[in-house]
Amino acid sequence: MNTASIDNTVVRPKGLVKAKLSRDDIIMRGGMIVIALYLVISLVFPLYSMFSKSFSTFQYDLSKFEVQVSDDAGQFSPKITNLQNLNEDLKAIPDEELSTGSGGRLGVTIFFPDFSFRSPVMYRIRNVDGQGRFLVGSKLMTGTDWQELDSNTFRRVQLRPVRSTGLSNFINYFSTPALFKSIQNSIFIAIISTIITVILAFWFAYALNRSCMRFKGLFRLIAMAPILVPSLLPGIALVYLFGAQGVMKGLLFGASIYGPIGIIIGSVFFTFPHAFLIISTALAISDGRLYEAAISLKASPWKTFWTVTIPGARYGIISAAFVVFNLVITDFGLPKVIGGQFNVLAVDIYKQVIGQQNFEMGAVVSVVLIIPAILAFAIDRVVQSKQVALLTARSVPFNPKPSSRADLIFTIYCGLVGLFIIGMLGICQFAALIKFWPYDLSLSLNNYQFDKMDGGGWGAYYNSIKMALLTALIGTCVIFFGAYLVEKSSGFKTGRAIFQMFAMLPMAIPGMVLGLAYIFFFNNPENPLHIVYGTMTILVICTVTHFYTVSHLTAVTALKQMDSEFESVSASLKQPTFKLFSRVTVPVCLPAILDIAIYLFVNAMTTVSAVVFLYSPKTSLASIAVLNMDDAGDIAPAAAMGMMIFYTNIFARVIHLTLSKGVLRRTQAWRSSN
Amino acid sequence: MKFNFGFFKSLAVGSLLATSVFADTELTVYTAVEAEDLSRYAAKFNESHPDIKINWVRDSTGIITAKLLAEKNNPQADVVWGLAGTSLLLLKSEGMLEPYAPAGVEKLDSKFVDGDNPPAWVGMDAWVAAVCYNTVEAGKAGLTPPTSWKDLTDAQYAGHLIMPNPNSSGTGFLDVSSWLQLFGEEGGWEYMDALHENIARYTHSGSKPCKLAAAGEIPIGISFAFRGAKSKAAGAPLDIIVPSEGVGWDMEATAIVAGTSKLEAAQKLVDFSVTKEANEMYNEGYAVVAYPGVAKPVEHFPEGLIEAMIPNDFEFAANNRARILKEWQSRYDGKSDPK
Repeated sequence: MNTASIDNTVVRPKGLVKAKLSRDDIIMRGGMIVIALYLVISLVFPLYSMFSKSFSTFQYDLSKFEVQVSDDAGQFSPKITNLQNLNEDLKAIPDEELSTGSGGRLGVTIFFPDFSFRSPVMYRIRNVDGQGRFLVGSKLMTGTDWQELDSNTFRRVQLRPVRSTGLSNFINYFSTPALFKSIQNSIFIAIISTIITVILAFWFAYALNRSCMRFKGLFRLIAMAPILVPSLLPGIALVYLFGAQGVMKGLLFGASIYGPIGIIIGSVFFTFPHAFLIISTALAISDGRLYEAAISLKASPWKTFWTVTIPGARYGIISAAFVVFNLVITDFGLPKVIGGQFNVLAVDIYKQVIGQQNFEMGAVVSVVLIIPAILAFAIDRVVQSKQVALLTARSVPFNPKPSSRADLIFTIYCGLVGLFIIGMLGICQFAALIKFWPYDLSLSLNNYQFDKMDGGGWGAYYNSIKMALLTALIGTCVIFFGAYLVEKSSGFKTGRAIFQMFAMLPMAIPGMVLGLAYIFFFNNPENPLHIVYGTMTILVICTVTHFYTVSHLTAVTALKQMDSEFESVSASLKQPTFKLFSRVTVPVCLPAILDIAIYLFVNAMTTVSAVVFLYSPKTSLASIAVLNMDDAGDIAPAAAMGMMIFYTNIFARVIHLTLSKGVLRRTQAWRSSN
Repeated sequence: MKFNFGFFKSLAVGSLLATSVFADTELTVYTAVEAEDLSRYAAKFNESHPDIKINWVRDSTGIITAKLLAEKNNPQADVVWGLAGTSLLLLKSEGMLEPYAPAGVEKLDSKFVDGDNPPAWVGMDAWVAAVCYNTVEAGKAGLTPPTSWKDLTDAQYAGHLIMPNPNSSGTGFLDVSSWLQLFGEEGGWEYMDALHENIARYTHSGSKPCKLAAAGEIPIGISFAFRGAKSKAAGAPLDIIVPSEGVGWDMEATAIVAGTSKLEAAQKLVDFSVTKEANEMYNEGYAVVAYPGVAKPVEHFPEGLIEAMIPNDFEFAANNRARILKEWQSRYDGKSDPK
């Protein structure tokens, strides 16, 4: 008996006193649940389908087939033999060979050691129930009626497997050296590319932040250019630079660009801006007092570099390394174009799914690829959370001093890196304008007749723009609103933590894996959402989800700068939260919102990996067209289309810049102190 | 609430519907026909059937086959027009084709028509393997032109050969299946083991080896004759070599996908696909077509190619496809792997 029954005249509230939820709170929680639901449907469910697919196997279920054999005169004995029993007696096929792929076929004569196609013996075969399937020639038999066949036809009977679950896909994967080797290859190129990119980007960022060299703005612009092209494009550039007809193939001394060398050079190109941005941010913040102390302690510049500069930037460097590692190991476009016979995990997924129609194995490789991707992502998050404020109120900003020798060296260095980036882009544009490389070097616009080639023609280009605009618009709204709800709503701690977790997850999921997961989830007729399969909608959903995390973090950072007092004040003034949201929050955060929009736009223009499994004839994209034209051997048109993406992204950037400037003037006047 | 969700909703729905309401009937047609021929095919068909709009889904044979098999329980295609016969046999064995005897099918060469009645598929034309040989680059490398498949295993060609990966390319698969038929199961794999030593790399699509040879990226590309003839016409310094042992071939064929909601329009398209005028249209790119007496010589097409076509066992190819591809992958995929 509890206290309530003793003192039953007074009703006491149990537990903690909870504040009554206001209408605003309910709306905000509702909104958060809606966006969380979006992430569940567009991310969690598809991934779950993919995981379950990797355990879906195909087995020959011999117990599903029955046979009867006649004597030489064609008289059948009444004895019906089940193939399973027959196999147990004969041991014709060991159990482990009964597992197969979805396309598996098993000739039935293996169970009849004295079979001869010339013999007058007749055979009957049937399925025991509706689950059995076999072929006579190429005709599919699913019924349970007896099929009576002469010996010569009976040899054309092929059993088909049925679906079951188990670990045999994984066992199969790890026992196939050609597949297994890809893990090693992927990690190898990712590590080498990471080391090279981080070193190159570090010195580039160092030059821009810690020297007094000239043209810093120009170099910064050039360094960001690779972000504006699909990762396929550096591959194409390398074909023209170092391929058999390449203008600079002598530099390779006979080595082939098709393979790890090509993948690494291309990876350095397309990951450079990412590493540069992160390290540059780390180097931009530094405390001048530490350098003054170093000078007064008479430390050599070398020692100062290792004891002050590197420790100050270490979180940035580590973070950059893991971001680059993740980008390289999950990239599909570059190894597809330039990888030759050097197999990597992301291309294996494509080959398994597209080449061999082995969806189960594609899912297995995806699971394998997720592991390093999630590890790199997790380490990066841990490192970032350790990053503490280096700048305190007493810090003195570090100002580099001019030094003609160092500045000259840095200018030359940055010039070389800039030349590499511009050269890669320039050769693509040049090749795109050549009539028939290398035999007819006259200029022509033939390579721009995309409608005559694979990949979707000019329509694909317009689709890309449409898709990128929709992604930017819808994505920015969903992501910013989601970030606002999670940042500014009160209470509901568990819900917010779960939401944060969902929002971070997309970054750890490689694009290929996401795309494949979408096939499994959305191309299932029992799923009411399968109507979006093959439409623009699924491309937009997939792209928004794929690039959710970075946009979310941008929004959260901007929102964190706003004091939560605004919410309190608005509540005490009895103003609905959404009035605050539209009148204060959105205008204040407009620069961040525009940043999210341009980030989504540019990535939607260049993404290949996530959408390569999802496009349909009406929704082919420019980046997919680059891939398909290269696949068909139309390399110059592929370069031309890649450069169209580049120019479109530059155009979008210019608009973004203009808008940002206008917005800053109109809504950010309060930021300037006077 | 100031936030206007309705606008975004209508945008999302709009993007979903915007493209699906025009024309009278729209057929989604999956094909592996070369992209540059597709608009010509559609235009010709629309001359007699202006009310049916064709939406092409074009990709290499392996990809289209994969796509169809992946969509087995939720077919997106109405018609397959121009896909390898081997692939169509595969689809038939999955029960994915709607049998239909198009008007005038009896006029076609019987080896181009499925044996069942009504047939599950009807053939259009044949494409035939050949070797594209870049005379300029081969001269630079000091090669002598090969005359047979066996020649290609000669050490002088090491690193100078490219062929399509049979796992993704129909042309690659017809090469492999023809070698297995020509040299026997054991001899075929022995031959490929030797050939593998000379291959620089395997490509994803069947036309790429010839285009790479045309562009001088490699001296020799194992591809198909039609592609070679086109690249040669475009000005590439190519010789198209017909190996003396005989060459593999596959046909392109047409079929209705079971479960289509536009059966009538689909039947009209298949009816058109077997007409004489359709076959004349195929003949612009293919030397061998299903309608007897239509074929005219194609420019730059190698002589003696038709005589060199092996008697191809499609059922063998289709029913052993999975096994052959698995074996091929375990032997040769990952050229850099130690064996």
